[in-house]
Amino acid sequence: MTTMTDPPRQSFRLSMLLNDTRYRSYTFQFIALVVLAGIVAVLANNLVVNLAAAGLNISYEFLANPAGYDINQTLIPYTSQSSNLQAAWVGILNTLLVAFLGCLFATILGVIAGVLRLSKNWLVAKLMSLYVEAFRNVPVLIWILIINTIVVTMPSPRAYRGDAATHEMLFGVIAYTNRGVYIPAPTFGPGSMIVVATFIASIIGIFAYRRYAKNLLFNTGKLLPTLWPSIALFFVPTLLMYFIMGMPIGADIPALTGFNFQGGIQIQRPLIALWLALSIYTGAFIAENVRAGILAINKGQTEAAASLGLRPGRIMNLVVLPQALRVIIPPLISNYLNITKNSSLAIAVGYADITATLGGITLNQTGRAIECVLLLMLFYLIISLLISFFMNIYNRSVSLKER
Amino acid sequence: MSDTHSESIAFVRDTEIPPAPPPMAEAGAVKWLRENLFAGVFNSILTVLAFIALFYLMSGFLPWLFGGAWNTANIRECREVIQGSGGCFSVLTDRWNQLLFGIAYPSEAYWRPTLAFVMLFVAIAPVLFNNLPRQMLIFTGLYPFIAFWLIWGGTILIPLVALAGFVVGYFIFSALTKQSFAMALGGAVVGALVTWWLGGFVSQAMADVLALEQVPSRNMGGFMLNMILGVVCVSLSLPIGIVLALGRQSSMPIIKWICVVFIEFVRGVPLITLLFVANVVLAYFLPPGTNFDLILRVIIMITLFASAYIAEVIRGGLAALPRGQYEAADSLGLDYAQAMQLIILPQALKISIPGIVNVAVGLFKDTTLVSIISMFDLVGMIRGPILSSTDWNGVYWELWGFAALLFFVVCYAISQYSQWLERKLQTGHR
Repeated sequence: MTTMTDPPRQSFRLSMLLNDTRYRSYTFQFIALVVLAGIVAVLANNLVVNLAAAGLNISYEFLANPAGYDINQTLIPYTSQSSNLQAAWVGILNTLLVAFLGCLFATILGVIAGVLRLSKNWLVAKLMSLYVEAFRNVPVLIWILIINTIVVTMPSPRAYRGDAATHEMLFGVIAYTNRGVYIPAPTFGPGSMIVVATFIASIIGIFAYRRYAKNLLFNTGKLLPTLWPSIALFFVPTLLMYFIMGMPIGADIPALTGFNFQGGIQIQRPLIALWLALSIYTGAFIAENVRAGILAINKGQTEAAASLGLRPGRIMNLVVLPQALRVIIPPLISNYLNITKNSSLAIAVGYADITATLGGITLNQTGRAIECVLLLMLFYLIISLLISFFMNIYNRSVSLKER
Repeated sequence: MSDTHSESIAFVRDTEIPPAPPPMAEAGAVKWLRENLFAGVFNSILTVLAFIALFYLMSGFLPWLFGGAWNTANIRECREVIQGSGGCFSVLTDRWNQLLFGIAYPSEAYWRPTLAFVMLFVAIAPVLFNNLPRQMLIFTGLYPFIAFWLIWGGTILIPLVALAGFVVGYFIFSALTKQSFAMALGGAVVGALVTWWLGGFVSQAMADVLALEQVPSRNMGGFMLNMILGVVCVSLSLPIGIVLALGRQSSMPIIKWICVVFIEFVRGVPLITLLFVANVVLAYFLPPGTNFDLILRVIIMITLFASAYIAEVIRGGLAALPRGQYEAADSLGLDYAQAMQLIILPQALKISIPGIVNVAVGLFKDTTLVSIISMFDLVGMIRGPILSSTDWNGVYWELWGFAALLFFVVCYAISQYSQWLERKLQTGHR
């Protein structure tokens, strides 16, 4: 028995590929795929033809060859006989170093400037907006070069020498010269590990105590003081242990010998210029984020907290900051990402980051342009994807749980 | 009642007392000072510290600015004139043409980029300000062709043919768009290509019709190069950014993933690596024998870079639109192209204007990076020919100050415009 309820089945016509919404998206995707494949094929063909014409090939063997150039600031052992790969590692570590230092300093600067820009003090607020606008509206490359100029025009080590010294070391231990800044380096004698361990343990202790106080407050309503015990925990056990062990940790203070300073930690000129420029520049952006975050909190929140009887410090800690952080942190992290990417401008001041080693000297010496640029992009891509991965996790954890 | 009351009141004032002046501490400058500078101990300390900082800055800056020398031939002569404290601003009067136009742009043709720069304001005004007459947009449409002719020179036929291609494409598009958007777009592209192909013969045959002196791209430099890169790349990246944003929102998985991969890749790498690509790698991927000049390769890469960022901004605008808008467009029976053109994009673009302006400012600042691949933009000009010349070796502050000032003026103006627009566009919320 046949039913006549089904509509007569339409046969497939070719024009339906373009006019029927059921099939049209497949047509478009197919066209897009064909176009993409065509472009890739043309580019790949050009590449093969061009490489053959130039007598080149794609190979990564150059990474194992000796680099043949010196790098002034290295975190891992490196000589000019080391391989190009080792040079790239030096560059990667230098990039991460300046990015880390830059993020740290930019955050401090940005938070201070952002809060001060909201200050009721007219002069301070205006000065801070001057800072923010001046740095946000001028290219970071120009700031890097300006700050490099400042560092270059600092006194030479000669100015510290002899009786006719025109400059003195800051606090007697820090020397700033046009070759870089020399700071004391800690020296670890026998038994110093115990002091360090005590210090770490007391830091853990501070967190444990604060958590305990918080739990006590939430469960019983009993309020423990946290500020003074924290400060005491921070200093007292470590200092006690330091003297008990007979002062094992000393400082290697840089001293002028001959034409240059010896001893201590030398922070080279390019690192200083890049670090300061990146952090002051990005600090201006972070200041704006912090200001926007604090302003984003509805005034009613502050007033509600005040009418509950909270003191101003607690209003900030318990009501405003947790909400403001949700607004501040995502742009903050994208600013960290910007610092990492902008650190590639190191090449302008001669700091040996990954762009200057792999993408600069190695590229020029080996002529392996495609391979070097590809590796360089891969490195930055991995860093960016990692950071945005963690940012997504964080965002998910702080996002408002709504139904 | 009334008499008992009058008994209790001994005196009734029948004239008004003149208002007394407020106490000294609560009026005028003193009040302002107390409230804004010296409210509390902490604030007073901050004020004093800020004054000290300001004093130090100014005591270095003002003598430098006002004690400077403005017309000396070189740094040695300048140092004799200023005797220590002032700045050598004569480097600016001596080399202003190199700072603004680069080292090789013919000096008798400086009026051309200057005129193009002035016309830029006329062209961009109707885009920025809604209340100007809409007919001015015609000039905006013509501007790219005029500017190309003025800056690069050559016969006027080349930009005219380019314009003709777009006009032909537009007419084909508007004739066919009623039937199918895809067909209209395809027809327009084919029409434009045919016009350009035919026009190529004409402009080659008559290469000196209204010809200005031709200036090759490699002779562009100075701040002009920054402006060219900034304006061209921002305006080219807008349409590409819109397409990428729509592609990323699309329900077709292949198109969506092409856009996602492109956007995330470009946003994940620094611009400088893309410039390296333009400088040393891109040539390998172009057909053998072709020779794009560097400025064109750089424009391609910066445009790709900017369009990924603009796509993300516009995607934010698309996501911020309430779902009801999409559903309303569907229920009116509009197809995808119509819904986007008439309902979604006008609103989404309006929301994303501040973000687009931010990207534009950032991009304009980033055009200085081309100095690293040895192009002579403003920064490259200063680092290269000027600071390494024997005449001006060592004049850092005046040059960097000038460069910073130029960029500051442009970027600050744009960001002020964006804030004004944001206030104007805030319709009804809160």
